[in-house]
Amino acid sequence: MTALAKIASSRLFWPVVMLLVLFAINLVAFPGFFTITVRDGQLFGSLIDILRNGAPTLIIAVGMTLVIATRGIDLSVGAVAAIAGAVACSIILGSPEPGNLATVAVAVAVALVISLVLGVWNGFLVAVLGIQPIIATLILMTAGRGVAMLITEGQILTVNSPPFKFLGSGFWLGVPVAVIIAAVVFGLAALITRRTALGMFIESVGINPEASRQAGVRARGLLFAVYTFCALCAAIAGLILTANTAAADANNTGLFIELDAILAVVIGGTSLAGGRYSLLGTLVGALVIQTLVTTVYTVGIPPIATMVFKAAVVTVVCLLQSPTTAEAFSGFRRRLAVRAGKGLAAS
Amino acid sequence: MTELLDAPGRTSPGADRAPARRAPRTPRGPAGSGPAPSGNPLARAARAAGALLTSPKYGPVTVTAILFVAVFVVGGIRYRGFFSGQVFLNLFVDNAYLIVLAVGMTFVILTGGIDLSVGAVVALSGMIAASLLQTGWSPAAVIPLILVLTSVLGLLVGLMIHVFKVQPFIATLAAMFLARGLCYVISQSSISITDPTFVQLAVSRIPLGGGMSITPSVIIALVVVAIAVWVLHATRFGRTVYAIGGGETSGLLMGLPVARTKVLVYVISGFCSGLAGVLFTFYTLSGYPLTAIGTELDAIAAVVIGGTLLTGGYGFVLGSVLGVLVLGVIQTIITFEGTLSSWWTKIFIGALLLVFIILQKVLTARRR
Repeated sequence: MTALAKIASSRLFWPVVMLLVLFAINLVAFPGFFTITVRDGQLFGSLIDILRNGAPTLIIAVGMTLVIATRGIDLSVGAVAAIAGAVACSIILGSPEPGNLATVAVAVAVALVISLVLGVWNGFLVAVLGIQPIIATLILMTAGRGVAMLITEGQILTVNSPPFKFLGSGFWLGVPVAVIIAAVVFGLAALITRRTALGMFIESVGINPEASRQAGVRARGLLFAVYTFCALCAAIAGLILTANTAAADANNTGLFIELDAILAVVIGGTSLAGGRYSLLGTLVGALVIQTLVTTVYTVGIPPIATMVFKAAVVTVVCLLQSPTTAEAFSGFRRRLAVRAGKGLAAS
Repeated sequence: MTELLDAPGRTSPGADRAPARRAPRTPRGPAGSGPAPSGNPLARAARAAGALLTSPKYGPVTVTAILFVAVFVVGGIRYRGFFSGQVFLNLFVDNAYLIVLAVGMTFVILTGGIDLSVGAVVALSGMIAASLLQTGWSPAAVIPLILVLTSVLGLLVGLMIHVFKVQPFIATLAAMFLARGLCYVISQSSISITDPTFVQLAVSRIPLGGGMSITPSVIIALVVVAIAVWVLHATRFGRTVYAIGGGETSGLLMGLPVARTKVLVYVISGFCSGLAGVLFTFYTLSGYPLTAIGTELDAIAAVVIGGTLLTGGYGFVLGSVLGVLVLGVIQTIITFEGTLSSWWTKIFIGALLLVFIILQKVLTARRR
């Protein structure tokens, strides 16, 4: 197999090609696309914007990747993000000193702890009661938004707290804080699952939970762990989203983000059937989605049409990755080879 | 297999050990507290009821039916004016479109698939109807056009799932994004419908006597349900749908037309979503790109509450209709309560879904 064929058969091939195509379109429509400038010691530029706006999706997608690797799915992440935002904002609003760092720290900590409880709930339904993940998490997806509205009492809570706002739109050493948080989450997940045997255990549970249990892998505990981790990721993303707008909107925080996260995972080449995952693929997938959104803005298509383009990209990537297409390609290559051979024989 | 397992509970009243063994398993029977003397008609009825409740085929539907009646009775005791025929009929009037959606979804879920695009397709067909009627198209052309378009969308999704082995979840997610995006492309704001035929269909009432009435949408929905029942239980296609849900490979080995059926199921779901969209415009008389967000989950919830297993193979269309009615009666109670806010609806529906899934789990686990 030549080097080129090896690259082409990689799972990351089509997503990366898609990303490069999007970059090229951007470069044509907007020549300054790759320029990154430093203003007041902070980095600015389209690429930085893509990273910053894509951070919440990427964080959730990292958690979703591990859940999908166990053959599960988590539909409740958007609702969990909304609950985390609502909890943090209502605590900050309820305190006498909303600008105090300690207040914000408590608010963030409480929001994260609540997300842990929600994650354990999802894990309980899936691991102990054995309910199908899509339905188990559908319950929290439906009820969760109601809970978030209960916390905010149906209002949009606007907070004025500089330390909280820093989470969403601040810069640290010139880099957006959201990007740093995303990098830390991604790095930790990669380190823990790829430098230890944990990733392999997760994959083994995804392939066959019963067989893994009999082989000594604690499938139940692992399922609890991945759903809790996913909820934690969702809460972090929810805090970033809420901090960015400095307002908790129970109805719209993280709306459709579960779908974007699942798309990022699928575009990255992780199969929904579980058993095999690629965090790097998820990173590329999240970048593809965010670059697509940015492209739609820069090219001047009304932003509303983004969803049509998302549908198109998903369809194209799925069709290109499908076994049927791979078979057709290899059949085509074989025929070419046969024809070339015949041509040689004739001459 | 199910028949075989059901048999002792129903046909061996004389066996001495059977009731003693069965009694603790009977969850709700009036005589379930101890070993009943054989031949006692009450005990036999209790045993039959127990067998019905624990059968994986009829159990979940029976539980749903009992719960529906219970909720309705509780509502009747709590609120004045709840116990009227019109309140019951309004469940159909308000949820006609959801019934049609749930019928389509039942077909898909019976094969072990799922369709996430139905809510977006409802919105899309409303937008198409509103925008075309605004430019002066005749309803006689618009409605068939919508039904054809949504069926074609279903066909494409089905082909993607079958030919390219894309998972139903992802394929229908893409269709959902496509449909929702097209809604926004057509218009970003609400378009009202002033076409006289649509207005006529929206306001007209069919009296049933006693001051009760229904809308034409209800009749359309009931016709769809009747056709679905006939297709699923009396045709070869219907049996193939169940067979695919029971085991696709076995279906293939039996020589069933698995490919055709699997694709057709998504065409049916697309058609039903289009029809539901039309019924929804009769109800709202407008097209709005944000309508019906989350309706796909309502439809899935109705199907699940109605006792259809998400893994496919088991379930009834009438169960899904019952599921819609349960969701509707909860909405009605929340309306009658008056002080409950809309977020309690969401929490209630979530909690109810949980109860039903756990019940299904317990009941079906008992038989295996």
